[in-house]
Order: sequence, then structure tokens, then C-alpha cells
Amino acid sequence: MNPRVAYTNARVIDPATNLDIPASDIGGLLSDGETIAAIGPEIFAEGIPESAVQVDCRGGVLSPGLVDIRADLCEPGAEHKEDLESGSKAAAAGGVTTVVALPNTNPVIDEVSVLEFIARRAREVKLIKVFAHATVTRGGNSDELVEMGLLKKAGAVTFTDGRRTINNAKVLSRALKYAQAYDSIIMQHPEEPELARGGVMQSGELSTRLGLPGIPAEAEIIMLQRDLKLVEMTGGRYHASHISTSASVEAIASAKNSGLNVTCDTSPPYFSLNELAVGDYRTFAKLSPPLRQEEDRKAIIEGLCNGTIDCIASDHVPQDQDSKRLPFEQAEFGAVGLETLLQLTLELRHNGYLNLSNVLSHITYKPADLLGLPVGRLNIGGPADLVVFAPDRPTRIEPSTFSSKSKNSPFDGRLVQGQVLLTVVDGRTVFSSAI
Amino acid sequence: MSTPLKIIREKLKITQTELAALMNTTQATISRMEAGQWEPNASQVQAVLEKSNSLGIDLSIDDFVLTNHSTQTTNGSYKDIPGELPFNHRHLLGIQNLSANDIDFILDLSNNYAERNRTADRKLSLLTGKTVINLFFEESTRTRTSFELAGKRLGADVINISVASSSIKKGETVIDTAVTLNAMHADALVVRHPHAGAVQLLSEKVNCSVINAGDGSHEHPTQALLDALTISRRKGSLQGLLVALCGDVAHSRVARSNIYLLQTMGARIRIIAPPTLIPAGVERLGVEVFHDMNAGLADCDIVMMLRLQRERMKGSFVPSVHEYFHFYGLDYEKLKHAKSDALIMHPGPMNRGVEIDSEVADDFDRSVIHEQVEMGVAVRMACLDILTRTKNRNVL
Repeated sequence: MNPRVAYTNARVIDPATNLDIPASDIGGLLSDGETIAAIGPEIFAEGIPESAVQVDCRGGVLSPGLVDIRADLCEPGAEHKEDLESGSKAAAAGGVTTVVALPNTNPVIDEVSVLEFIARRAREVKLIKVFAHATVTRGGNSDELVEMGLLKKAGAVTFTDGRRTINNAKVLSRALKYAQAYDSIIMQHPEEPELARGGVMQSGELSTRLGLPGIPAEAEIIMLQRDLKLVEMTGGRYHASHISTSASVEAIASAKNSGLNVTCDTSPPYFSLNELAVGDYRTFAKLSPPLRQEEDRKAIIEGLCNGTIDCIASDHVPQDQDSKRLPFEQAEFGAVGLETLLQLTLELRHNGYLNLSNVLSHITYKPADLLGLPVGRLNIGGPADLVVFAPDRPTRIEPSTFSSKSKNSPFDGRLVQGQVLLTVVDGRTVFSSAI
Repeated sequence: MSTPLKIIREKLKITQTELAALMNTTQATISRMEAGQWEPNASQVQAVLEKSNSLGIDLSIDDFVLTNHSTQTTNGSYKDIPGELPFNHRHLLGIQNLSANDIDFILDLSNNYAERNRTADRKLSLLTGKTVINLFFEESTRTRTSFELAGKRLGADVINISVASSSIKKGETVIDTAVTLNAMHADALVVRHPHAGAVQLLSEKVNCSVINAGDGSHEHPTQALLDALTISRRKGSLQGLLVALCGDVAHSRVARSNIYLLQTMGARIRIIAPPTLIPAGVERLGVEVFHDMNAGLADCDIVMMLRLQRERMKGSFVPSVHEYFHFYGLDYEKLKHAKSDALIMHPGPMNRGVEIDSEVADDFDRSVIHEQVEMGVAVRMACLDILTRTKNRNVL
């Protein structure tokens, strides 16, 4: 049984309820065991309750722990890149208290047994809360649907083939229909596979100069438009993963306007970087979808500001050295993101696009609500999943200090603001910064 | 403190004018050399060495090498004078990062070697004791032979390694191969690889000079240099020429290197190809794009044909060889639209009857295809010379 903990001297922000309590000695948050017992500006006016441990947050921000709805934890199958323990440590270090793992494992999560394996491993590691998506199709690459009902019952959050696009329109339309019986979301990686085949970066002047095969931005919108028509046809619940182009933002906006049950997310590289990050064949900037052009980056920020894009996911894809230290065309796609999610998302605030509460909403209650997860809020009686961070503290992204087994970050050496001081899951401290 | 050439001249006890005559250049150039702003080329060094030998004065090639130390007496460091240090690069990875001065420097030296290669006295000993490794991850006959011959003409030990694609699949990575060869103390690595950027990746892991002999669809710098040398010997200069590049530009490293080089030297470029063989965003490189060969060739000084890879002839890029030749194959009918003295070039190997008609290819007056091969050896000699002989030059 965890003791009672009094978090004082913290600016308490709960984006879900627009709560914003200034830092003081007499206000803060009190947790009792695994749950939140009290929140308020004057709850400690008569002193810290006896038997409670005091944690001085030193003027930092206390908010709900971050929720990441798409991260590759690589277990089972690729434990040399990441496993549930290293992935959980990375999440904790990044202030993330809930992760929904992608089913791109080996074997893929297409059966209840694999889902139960993940759950067991998460219990053993016991750091953060780990949920998992299941695949839409058997093996994540076939035309046969998985047992959606049973998987949903066993805890699968949504259904997605992860980094593979469900290209067969018949299969996707059936999935969108069938999933409605179990109130489930189909999450798609929108990319026309034939148009993208062989491509390794955004198609354009830079790809021509570098002599690298390109992926046109249209590959994304073509698949997205088709999917939106299928959603219209089936009335299904659809979520587009990591959208990266201005055309996609427009398409989602108009689909939402016409009342379709559609949501989408993006991830930090798409609002922090453009294709130039590929520079001199930097394989760490080889992502799927590829980094786009500057206009697209601006459109993604605009989409986050006006609410077209519902949330931000880390898109954590660990790759070991052997997968990245190769000629660009042969290197694997993907970047780690759990440990930089907060800092990069805070750039939206430091650059003046969003205020602190809005920034946090994209990585706390919005993704949680979208998937129906009971986290991401500061509720009395709710789980004490918390993060305390110094929002303005200048720091530099140093992949060598990452807890993740893989260090493939395109943000290597980037100067950022914001540092996680403390991460708490169910009242347990799972990470605390030495500083 | 004095620069190497000044010391040498003092040893020889001759005036600048006499040295200029000996080195077959002007007195002004000698002054620049003595100020540490320029280096003598190989044949000039050879001439001075011969002279000193006849006088019984002991000199070696290393005495000619500029070092940072020896030029400190000039006004500031030579690094402060942009473009004045001849070729301050450690590797030759592409044309894109070379200045007009760099290109001029290589072409001057190449021209010297080209002349020398036509004489009986073409075997030199400038690179005696140096090791050049030709590392080819992709099949090649002419480029490899050209580099091999260039190395041997300069007196270097040349080794050829062909890493067939099958052994890459066996598991050894480019980096492992590079590190292995590096441990053998090569002075220069000449590398060809089927993937763009692979040669650069390799160059970051070795401490010898690396010459890119073609990487994927990225660059093929020595091909562009030999094309430029061929053109400038025929036309006098590259400035103001109108050059047409015809064929598979999308997948061509030769086209990219040529675009960068010719534009840097003041030529204008046209690209003539079916839309499927034009790369994305190419107009941003400052070239004119044509899909009609007759219109594109109008008033061109140079017609440069590109090889169409066999696997692209059928199917999605070009429907058939028959149709391709009809619209984009170079024959006399289409050539009529270019200038009457337009030169015909091809990087080889040619697909006769696909991109070029045999009669045109063999036209003795206008086709310089064989001269390109000849210049290839000279250019590669110059590149090996510049990058290996002066390796204690303080490069960036």
C-alpha cells in the first residue's frame, strides 16, 4: 500500500477541466495510495496531513501523466531493439504513464494469447500502464479478419495493421463494419503502397539532388480519401495515424464537418522537422510517412491549433545500429520518440502556437478519451498518474542518455525547453530526475 | 619563412622568369605559387625535379607540398582567401560541393595528363609506393579499367575488389568493408555502389581519400569532369554553351553531376526525356525541360545522350524500345536541329538503336565518344594525383 503523498509547490494543470492552480506552499495535490484524494489551491492551508509524505515540486508543472497511443515496444520478437522493460523506462523518463503498444511484433498481436503475454509482461515490469492495439487482419498482412470481439474483450484498444496500410478496400470496409458490433476503432496508416513502393523520402528537389527514390505527398491523401469514402459507406469508426501533409489536414477537416466519425493524430517529427532533416543521408530522419515540406509542417501545426488533429502520439519506433548504419535506401524507417514527446510538444507553446494547457491536452486527456482509456485526467478518486516537469528549463536532447535500448532520434543535439522531474503511476514514483 | 617553391628556387639559384620558362607557365603564376596560393601541377613538378637532378641537387616531390605552416608568412592564412587554395577537399564525393576554382584546378591538371598520355613518355613515378584500391559494389568495366590504368600510369599499386551483390547479402555491411580496407593502409579508395549516399557513408569511416566512382542515382563526379574536359578541349571553354542532356535523367547519376558541373562553369542545360524519366522537382535545379527532342535540340552546342537501362525499356517507364527510339533516339534527322558543329557525347556503354543510331555514334567528325574515354584516364590521373600526393595538405 502506497502512503499518502502531498505534492506541494506545483502549478497544477488539468487540461480536461481547465484547472490551473498556481504554485504555492498551501495548494497542490494529495494522493492516497493509488488514487488522487484532493486537489486545490488551499488544501494544505492547515498544514500537510499527518502520515503524508511531502514532495516539493519546486515550482514545476504538475499535470496528468502523458498518454501515448502509438509506440512500438518491439516485444515479443525484437527484444534487441526494445522490450517492455526498456520501453517502460523510456516512457517513464519522458513523463508518459500510459502507452498503447503497436501490434507490429513477432508474432503479431492477432490472438488473445499474445495480448495476454503483453499484459503479463507489463505486470512483471510494473512501471507504466501498457495497453495494446491488435491487428485488423491475421498476421497483420492478410485479407482475413482477426477475432475482433474476443480481442476487444481481452483488452485490445483498437485494431490497426500498424505500419502496414490495409490496401484491400473490401477488407477495410468489412473491418469498419464488423468493428461497430464491438464499438471498436479501425486505425489506418494511410499510404498508397504502390505509389510509395521503393521510396525512402519525400519526393521533390531534395530527393532528386540526393538521388534517392521519392514518395509523393499524394500517396497519403489518395489512401485517406479512399478510406473516408469507405467510412461514409459503412458508418464505421476510423482513425488516421500520423498524418503529415496539408492535404490530409484539409481532408480530415472536411470529413469532420460532414459528420463522419473520423479522428486523426500526428507525431512530433511532422510539426518539428521537414524534409531537409534528411540532409546528408541522415538515416535517423528516415521515417514513415517521410518528413514532408515546410508548407506541410506549417499545416500540421495549424491543424493542431484549430482542433482538426485530435492528438499527438510519439510514434516510437526503436531501431538498433545495424538497422540504421546503412546506406539510406537500405536503412529501416522510424525514430524513437517516447523520451522527447513532451519537450517537442512543448515547442508548440514556446513558439507561441498554443498555451500550456492546450499543449498538454494533446498528450493527456484527448488521446485517452479518443480510445476510451480511463486515464489522462486529474480526478478525485481517479488514478494518481502524474508528471511533474519544469516547462521552461533549457536542455539538449542527448540520445546517449536515453533509457530506450535504441538511440535513433532525428533530434540528436537539438536544444529544447522542458524537463521531466517526476513521473508517478498509480501513486508509485517510476521516474525522478536527479536534478 | 618561405614557401616550398621559393626555397626550391633559391636552391636552384634561378630567377622567377627562368623558373617560369622551366615550368612552362607565366611569371605571375610563379609569384602566386611562391605566395602559397597555388600549387604546381605534376608535369611542372616533374620538370623541376629533372632540372634539379641534372644539377645534382637533392629534391623530392614532398618538398613541393604546401603546408599550413609554410604559408603563414603570406597575408593571413590562405584559408582567409576564399577559393584560393587549390582543391581543399579530402575526398571527391560529388560535384555539388565543388567551386568553379576547384573544377578549373582539376581540369588544368587533367589537360596536362591528357597531353602527356599522347606521348610515349606517359608512365610516371609520382605515386610510387601509394596504394589505390578500386572497390566496386556494382559491375563496371570501363570505369574500373580507367581508374586502374590511371593509377598505374602514375606508378601507384592498384588493387581491384569486386564485391558482387551476393556477398553484400552474406552480411558484410559497407562500413565493415570500409574499415577492413582502411586497416590495410590504402592511400585512396575508388568506390562504386548501387545506393545513393553509400560512398559518403564509407568515406566517413576511413582515413584515406575516397573517390566516388558512382553511387546509385546520386553522383558520378569523374564522368562529369571528363565530359567537361572533352568539351572544353573542343570548344575552348564551357562558358555560355547550350548543352542538351537526353534520356533517362531520373535514374542517372551522370546527368546530375553534369548538371552541377556545367552550370557551375557557366553553361546552360536542357533536359530532353519522356515525362516518366524526368525526376521530381528538376526545374528547381535551374534546367529547361523538354519532351520534344526536336525543339529541345534547337541551337544546342553539345548533345549528351544518356544510357537507358535495359530493365526500364519495357513496362512502366517506357512502353517499348521501338517507341523510345522513334521519339528520343538520336539520329541525323533529329540532330539537324542542333547547331551544325554540335558535339555528340555518350557516357557509355551505348545501346545502339535504343538511344543512339549507329551512324551518328560513329560519325568521325562529330561524335567525341572515344575521346571521352581517353579523357577519362587523364581526369582520373589528376584526381588520384591531387588527392593522394598532397595528402599532408591541410584540408578542410
